[in-house]
Amino acid sequence: MLLTRLRQTLALLALVAVGNAVAEPLKVGFVYVSPVGDAGWTYMHEQGRQIVSEEFGDQIETSFVEGVAEGADSERVIRNLAKSGYDLIFTTSFGYMNPTIKAAKRFPRTTFEHATGYKMAKNVGNYMTRDHEARYLAGMVAGAMSKTDVLGFVGAFPIPEVIRGINAYMLGAQQTNPDIKMKVIWVNTWHDPAREREAAESLMLQGADVLAMHTDSPAVIQAAEANGKYATGFNSDMSAYGPKAHLTSAMQHWHNMYRAKIQAVLDGSWKPTSVWHGLAEGANDIAPIHKDVPEPIVALVEQHKAQIIAGDRSVFQGPIYNQSNTIMVSDGQQMTDAELLKFNWYVKGIEGKIPQ
Amino acid sequence: MRIEKRLQPSRAMVLLSPVLALVLTLIAGALLFKMLGHPAGLSLYNYFINPISDWYGVSELLVKVTPLLLCAIGLMLCFKGKVWNIGAEGQFIFAALVSGYVSLQLMAVEGFWVLPVIIVAGALAGMAWAAIAALLKTHFQASEILTTIMLNYIALNLLLWGVHGPLKDPDGYNFPESALFADHTLLPLLSEDYRVTVAIYIALLMLAVVWFVLSKSIFGFQIRVMGESAGAAKFAGYKNRLLVWSLLLFSGAMAGVAAVSEVNGPVGQLIPTLNLGYGYAAIIVVFMGRMHPIGILIASFLLGLTYVGGEMVQIEQGMPKSIVGLFQGMLLFFLLACDLLIQYRLVLPGFGPIRLPSDRTKQVAS
Repeated sequence: MLLTRLRQTLALLALVAVGNAVAEPLKVGFVYVSPVGDAGWTYMHEQGRQIVSEEFGDQIETSFVEGVAEGADSERVIRNLAKSGYDLIFTTSFGYMNPTIKAAKRFPRTTFEHATGYKMAKNVGNYMTRDHEARYLAGMVAGAMSKTDVLGFVGAFPIPEVIRGINAYMLGAQQTNPDIKMKVIWVNTWHDPAREREAAESLMLQGADVLAMHTDSPAVIQAAEANGKYATGFNSDMSAYGPKAHLTSAMQHWHNMYRAKIQAVLDGSWKPTSVWHGLAEGANDIAPIHKDVPEPIVALVEQHKAQIIAGDRSVFQGPIYNQSNTIMVSDGQQMTDAELLKFNWYVKGIEGKIPQ
Repeated sequence: MRIEKRLQPSRAMVLLSPVLALVLTLIAGALLFKMLGHPAGLSLYNYFINPISDWYGVSELLVKVTPLLLCAIGLMLCFKGKVWNIGAEGQFIFAALVSGYVSLQLMAVEGFWVLPVIIVAGALAGMAWAAIAALLKTHFQASEILTTIMLNYIALNLLLWGVHGPLKDPDGYNFPESALFADHTLLPLLSEDYRVTVAIYIALLMLAVVWFVLSKSIFGFQIRVMGESAGAAKFAGYKNRLLVWSLLLFSGAMAGVAAVSEVNGPVGQLIPTLNLGYGYAAIIVVFMGRMHPIGILIASFLLGLTYVGGEMVQIEQGMPKSIVGLFQGMLLFFLLACDLLIQYRLVLPGFGPIRLPSDRTKQVAS
């Protein structure tokens, strides 16, 4: 009698324990490289966090740390999150790669996901978007709208991710303007509005009349607006920063990837994977196109977008020539992901050399 | 209410002003957090206590304090002698570049001498960078304030050139970072569980050395005299040039060791965003610490705590970073504002001056 009661009590206790384990929300932390602000890279990650936070409701609890420098501080922030009981931690800048790998060694039971890097570990996966696909579409608009046949590009760092974007922009522009040329200025920072703006001014002085950037602030759009030129934005819809200048933006949407990764951890099915989503998965898109852009161009952009989504077209499909007019991708071929990850040459039409 | 100058600095206020500043910061901080809808007590706890509530937290504070304290030790001597070296940042960065280069060269060479060589290389590089400013000051009378600031930017661009060019990791997909250093070129950790390295011992040892030099040696006396009055120092026959050189070189060496403590410590590779502003923050530390060894020790811990505490309230309460910055600014403001009371006193209308028992100042006819 006593034994049965004891057994019943124990069973009940076990049930309660299991119940508690289920009720305990999954803690998800995000580390941002710049302040959230209201446009750009970090802003879009924050949008993603808010969307999944809403969707999962009580199942997860999220938090973020913003403006974390990519030096010795970042490893502390990542470790502090893990130590504070966060189960899944997204580190959203390339410079967090080694700190994430190091922190992950210390916290083998925590899951880490690093954006835009190339290293993985048994509890570290990574993810990024095929932003070059949206870049290509924005480039088509830019090429059509240039009167001087010169585009200007403000790049952050000469790394494959940025070089891919620059090349995609050029290939897109060549679809609508075969004579187009492009100049590039490197600012060696992800976020420094003053330097980004200076670079934009300098490109306009060199004859560029449509600008683009792979940096985090809308400073380039503002510079174009002030000088009566056009520009295309990046990360988020940047039309508010230059209603006259803003042609469109190459956008990144992170929530689908965040949803999938969080769901995998909740299900216990998470494995370290390298996820690379693009237009087809809704990870990239372009912002509404400016009304000055002629209707046939808009239609062409829509057509190419549909083809990329359907898999009938690839941004980096041959023939593609390099700067010295050597064929790099022959007709009917397309570049593999492995090649894209190591991209370190410019396509024909871009001026200058990649700093090596 | 008026403010009037004391006849002599108040000794009581020297000790009381930081306490007063802390109390005012806590009150103003509590109000600020309350206004933003965060529980005041919890926010202050997360800011000041939670980050150091276990050994891991303390070790992380030490990680932050190490480079800050090393830079501040060198700057303290400079500022005592009224040599305004604003260039600890540049000396730090240049030393990081050189010691990083040496570390990369010694990846495949093991030996007990490897780490000492790296540390010496860092110190020498910091000295070399400071020597430029020393030369410009003693031979061309160029203000060291200007030259050291300009050298900071040059050093930063040299680092960028290094990580984008010759020192870039060949297997790093063209990312501007060096390869990770080999384990034997990293400073030994105090414990496998923490990131704090033996560099903290070097910092504390140097602090003791500097304290001894300042208070007990003729050299320290000369620095103090030169700081008080360059004319008197000249009259006494001190070699000002030699003093300027030694101060700048020493401060460069300290910034260099600070760079090694960071690069061959928690970072473990050369990256473009290496400099987190330790060279500039150390200036605040020196002034907050009243140019006294114990003072800068306390100040570097306090400043370090405001950084890690700031991260903690973001993690625990989702407070935006700008609020954290605001709170840090408030703390610094109160610390400096309360120092006014050392030289001045408040006079309330109808009550006369506010006196402290130990005030030996006499009221001036007003």
